[in-house]
Amino acid sequence: MIESVVVTPGWYMTLAAVLFLIGSGGLLLRNNALVMFMSVELMLNAVNLTFVAAARAHGDIGGQMAVLFVLVVAAAEVAVGLAIIVSIFRTRRTASVDELSELSG
Amino acid sequence: MVELVIFVLMGAVTLAGAIGVVRARNPVYGAMGLMATLFALAVFYVVHLAHFVAVVQVIVYAGAVITLFLFVIMFVGVDRAEDLKEKLAVQRPVALIVLVGVVVLAGVLVVTGRFDWVISSGEPPVVRGTIEEIGENLISIGSPSDRQASRWLLPFEATSLLLIVAAVGAIALAFYRPRRKDEPPAGPDTGPGS
Amino acid sequence: MTGYLWIVIVLPLAGALFNHFLGRRIGEPRAAGPAILAVLGSFAFAAVAARDFFISAGSSEQAVAVVHLFDWIPGLGARAELLWDPLSATMTLVVTGVGALIHIYSVGYMHGDPRFGRFFTYLNLFIASMLILVLANNFALLFVGWELVGLCSYLLISFWYTRPSAAAAGKKAFVVNRVGDFGFMVALMIIFLSFGTLSYTEVLHDPGTVIGAGTATAIGLLLLVGAAGKSAQLPLHVWLPDAMEGPTPVSALIHAATMVTAGVYMVARCAAIFGLSDVAGGVVATVGALTALLAATIAIAQRDIKRVLAYSTISQLGYMFMAVGVAGYVAGLFHLVTHAVFKALLFLGAGSVIHAMADQQDMNRMGGLRRKLPLTHATMLIATLSIAGIPPLAGFWSKDEILAVMFYAGGYYTVLWAVGLVTALLTAFYMARQYFMVFSGEGRWDEGVDPHESPRVMTVPLVILGALTLVIGFVNTPFRLSFEHFLDPVFHSVPVAHAPEDGFLLAALALVSVAAGLVGILIAYLIYGRASEEVRERLLGRVRRPLMAWEHGYWIDDVYGKVIVEPGLRIADWSAGVLDQRAIDGLVNGVGVAVRRLGARLRPLQSGFVRAYGSLLAAGALLVVGWIVVRGI
Repeated sequence: MIESVVVTPGWYMTLAAVLFLIGSGGLLLRNNALVMFMSVELMLNAVNLTFVAAARAHGDIGGQMAVLFVLVVAAAEVAVGLAIIVSIFRTRRTASVDELSELSG
Repeated sequence: MVELVIFVLMGAVTLAGAIGVVRARNPVYGAMGLMATLFALAVFYVVHLAHFVAVVQVIVYAGAVITLFLFVIMFVGVDRAEDLKEKLAVQRPVALIVLVGVVVLAGVLVVTGRFDWVISSGEPPVVRGTIEEIGENLISIGSPSDRQASRWLLPFEATSLLLIVAAVGAIALAFYRPRRKDEPPAGPDTGPGS
Repeated sequence: MTGYLWIVIVLPLAGALFNHFLGRRIGEPRAAGPAILAVLGSFAFAAVAARDFFISAGSSEQAVAVVHLFDWIPGLGARAELLWDPLSATMTLVVTGVGALIHIYSVGYMHGDPRFGRFFTYLNLFIASMLILVLANNFALLFVGWELVGLCSYLLISFWYTRPSAAAAGKKAFVVNRVGDFGFMVALMIIFLSFGTLSYTEVLHDPGTVIGAGTATAIGLLLLVGAAGKSAQLPLHVWLPDAMEGPTPVSALIHAATMVTAGVYMVARCAAIFGLSDVAGGVVATVGALTALLAATIAIAQRDIKRVLAYSTISQLGYMFMAVGVAGYVAGLFHLVTHAVFKALLFLGAGSVIHAMADQQDMNRMGGLRRKLPLTHATMLIATLSIAGIPPLAGFWSKDEILAVMFYAGGYYTVLWAVGLVTALLTAFYMARQYFMVFSGEGRWDEGVDPHESPRVMTVPLVILGALTLVIGFVNTPFRLSFEHFLDPVFHSVPVAHAPEDGFLLAALALVSVAAGLVGILIAYLIYGRASEEVRERLLGRVRRPLMAWEHGYWIDDVYGKVIVEPGLRIADWSAGVLDQRAIDGLVNGVGVAVRRLGARLRPLQSGFVRAYGSLLAAGALLVVGWIVVRGI
């Protein structure tokens, strides 16, 4: 019976959705900038998983290409974002985003 | 059968790592959780025959990015365990309501069958994300009439530009120091040593 | 030679540029040098270029040259072309000749003025603009010159701009001229619509084949509106008396000799169009006659020496319009030339008197200057007799020709001839009155005024102009019509009204007009020369009412003030106060206030907390998903 269970793309999509939900929860509920960044990475990877699963389901390599580009953008984002965090930390001695609200209207 | 086992095992690792990221008080544990998730996802990529993506995932994400994170965490200070108490009054309930709302609505879509995960007809051709295949797609220009062959060329060049900009931006941020009032204005050739 | 005609315009333009940049640096007497040389150079060049016209005068085969400079607006038929024919040559010689003398005179008159160099900049600019006006070969370029001389007139009237009256006078001249320009521009549009071009060469060559009498009448009347504005004819004459606020050389050059005659020139230039419409010509003549009479009566009661001359100018311009209105183009242009000479002389003489009297312009404060200012007196006397129409001076020949042409035209124009005759009498009267009030009798000077003859740099131009006044009339006498033959190539294709050939009739008409002039002078002598103070007072007391009307120029200014200016000011006040500040500003400010209020409402959203923004983002996603659930993808 257990042999007849087929792992469909839907399974992976569901897993990715849960992963995305966890990531967005971390983004909204934690106030450490580093943790927030890692949550964003989770969300990006959740999307990557859907891309790869869809690429297989459709037989189209475009999904994998998209993942590569997301990877590049994420790497760039991490580089710049961490540099910002470092320079904020050097002046403010904190990594909590809740203490950075000078731009309030 | 094999895929089911892999899905269950690696899915568990993925979710456990993700929850670790969100829950850990110490960011170092969070980074470890993230690394576990990324490795598990790389396994899924292999399952989907996306070998090159899987390799890149391990090298770039699980390797470089996590190292960078750890480096910054060490720099900022490991011992500064975060205070998990919420300071913004309505942030937590609002966030939870919104997230639950999204989940419920998405669930409604799925249950009522108005959303197909993947719309495909028949057996799709098998794609293998080998390095030759990916490289062919990325930088082959093909014949001028073949738009299909060169469709990823422009995005590829655009990402190279993006990487340069990001690198320059990161360096500029690293060298930036707010000037104090009593300090004379910096000369034009203020290097990192000054 | 004529190929280089542009030099005539470029020389004064270069002088203006030179003084604009360097006039202040090189100081008072030297700044005038380049300016005078530029105008003299233009005069010399024009004289040489016009040599062929003099030589071949009378023969019908004269070279009328069109000098093509460059394509300006080909679509309008407006190529930058200069037209060199006897008419433009005449105007060029008058403008540069009289202009040069006035330039020299100004060296003395403007002595000590802090903006000496700037004055010559404007004068040179004016000469260049006026030459563009008279040399243009299409209506577009004519209009450019037309506006440029208006600008120079404005700049020079308000040259002493620190005086509020001078600034106001400049503004008035400018605004009144706009009214005229409106008509002029509409005329140009109709011309372009009818002919498809603005070039003289095409428009003025037999226009009867293109337009009918009705269109010709419309164009003619609208051109008259423009001409009336520039040449100070009824009802747009009000700016010229006020323009006397400018320095006297300016009054002589611009507001007597040259610019104000642009209207006459323009009507003469468009003779082919006016020839198609009896109505337009009749209206021109009537406007001219009315202006001549009205301005002459007003001049009688003026006390300011320059205002007398200003109204006299308006009156004489009326004469010219009268002449060109009945197609007496030669007579009109002849009077234009002689008037330019003797009116410039009168103004320069008046300037000399004002100079001697320490800027006093009220004739009641003058008198007895004959012995103090001998040269000024002699030249002014010549000019006064000339304008009064006493033979053999210039004014006699030209005025007499106009009157003869009017009489010979017959019919309705006989009435205008009578008006002209009365005007001649009045002219003699007010000019003689001015002469007697200024030069004879006893001095009624202010305390401390010591009249003295002007320096030589001012008297030499007076003497030259006086000599010209003596001889210039002989270029076109009934015995020898040189000027008429000179202008033949210009008007050979249009009907031109001539003085009668009949010698007896001519002599009789001349006798009548000379008699009118003599009677005018005699009356003036009796009232202002011989009668004692009390007798004069008593005599004038009997005609107090008309005198009042004349002194105030029939209150035309006041009527304009009440009917046009005041409602205009009220409308402006209303638009500035109510419409602009309440409605338009209210609208603008209202938008600003609304945006600011909205912003204040929305401000709390921008809390500065990144995670709050994240929540909003997620809420947006929630909305999108909700939309999909409700409406489908």
